[in-house]
Amino acid sequence: MHEVSLMAQTLELAIAQVHTQQANRIHRLKMRIGELSGVVPEALAFAFEVAIPGTLAAGAVLELETVPARCHCRACERDFQPTDWFYECPHCGQLSSQILAGKEIELTSLEVS
Amino acid sequence: MCGTCGCATRDDIKIASSTGHQQQHHPGDEPHHHHDHDSDGHHHHHHDHDGDGHHHHHHQPITKTREIAIGQAVLAQNEQLAARNRDYFQAQNLLVLNVMSSPGSGKTTWIERTLTDLRDRLSAGVVVGDLATDNDAQRLRRSGAPVAQITTGTLCHLEADLVLAAAQHLPLEQLDLLVVENVGNLVCPAAYDLGESLRVVLLSTTEGEDKPLKYPTAFKSADVVILNKIDIADVVGCDRELAVNNIRQIAPQAQLFELSARSGEGLDAWYQFLGDKVRELVTAKVLA
Repeated sequence: MHEVSLMAQTLELAIAQVHTQQANRIHRLKMRIGELSGVVPEALAFAFEVAIPGTLAAGAVLELETVPARCHCRACERDFQPTDWFYECPHCGQLSSQILAGKEIELTSLEVS
Repeated sequence: MCGTCGCATRDDIKIASSTGHQQQHHPGDEPHHHHDHDSDGHHHHHHDHDGDGHHHHHHQPITKTREIAIGQAVLAQNEQLAARNRDYFQAQNLLVLNVMSSPGSGKTTWIERTLTDLRDRLSAGVVVGDLATDNDAQRLRRSGAPVAQITTGTLCHLEADLVLAAAQHLPLEQLDLLVVENVGNLVCPAAYDLGESLRVVLLSTTEGEDKPLKYPTAFKSADVVILNKIDIADVVGCDRELAVNNIRQIAPQAQLFELSARSGEGLDAWYQFLGDKVRELVTAKVLA
C-alpha cells in the first residue's frame, strides 16, 4: 500500500528529468521492480493510472520489468537464482543471506518528446 | 475504448493519450477520425471508408520521441537521508532499533517492558509511529523514557526524514538507545531504511507459523527476529518448533529470540544481546 507514495516519488523524478532534458511530455516510463522489493506491480500500475492525469505524463504507458532474486553462496563462491524463499544454494544446500539482486525499485528510462 | 489507438474515451470527450492526440473524439456520426498536431507539426490521420470498397489504410502515428536512460532508485532520496541519519546517530553513540511487525504482535508491550526492566542500566528514548492516536506514546512514557510520537495520517510506514525530525525532540546526547517503533505493517516499512543500527522484526505465536514465509521481504532484511507471546503458544495452537524453523530458514542472518514480553520468559537473553550491542558501540567509539 506504499505504492501510491512510491509512484508519486517516481513521477517527481521523471518530471524533474523532463525539465532538465527540455522535453514537453512523457510517453513511457520504464521501471525495474525486484521481486523482493515488497512492491506489488499491480498496485503500482494502479497508482500510476491514478497519478498521471493532469501531469506531463498524462496518457503515458508504464512498463514494469520484474527483477528476479539473485544470491551469492559464500561456501561455493557462486551466484545462483533461488527457486524458493529460503534461498538455498542448489550446489551445496546452504541458505544464503547475501542478496545480490531483487530489491530494486528503479526508474530505468523515460520516453519523452 | 477506441479500437484504433486504444485510448480510453467516450464520445464527445476531450482526451489526451499516449499518442499525443488531443482532440474531440469520435464526434457525432462521423467516421472514426484522429488528428494529431504535435509540436513537430506531425499530422496523422486515420480514415474509415465504410462502403467505398475495401480501401482501409492506417498511418502509424510518428511522434518524435526519444528515450532517456535514468537508472535511478526511486527511494534514493530516502536512502541518502537514512545514511545521514546513520552517521548522525553513530556520532551520538546511539544504538538505534527499527522495530517492525504486524499490528497486534506486541511491539509496544515488548518495548515498554524492555525499557522498564533496563531503566537502571540503559538510557533509552522512543520514536513511535502510528496512523492515528498517541495511545502507544502514552503507554511507552510509563517506562520513564522520553517518547516522540509521529502520527502518519495515511502513510503506512516511517521514512528517514520523519524519524530524524522526531528524534531531535529527544535528548539524544543523553541516550544509549533509541527505539523506533514503526507503523504496524509488515510490508511497506521493510522498503525504507531509517538509518537504524539494527532492524528488528517481531511476530507473535498467534499469527501462524508460516508468517515468515508470507512476508519474506521483512524477514530477509531483519538483523533480529523476536518470537513473542511464547507463553500462550500452546493455547493458540502454535507449533513453536515449526515457527522457529521457518524463521531460521527464511532469515538465516538474523538473531532469534523466543520470549514473552508479558510473562518475562526469554527476556534475559534479549537483554544480554542488547547490552552487548550498546557496549560494542561505546567500545568502538573509544577505540576510534
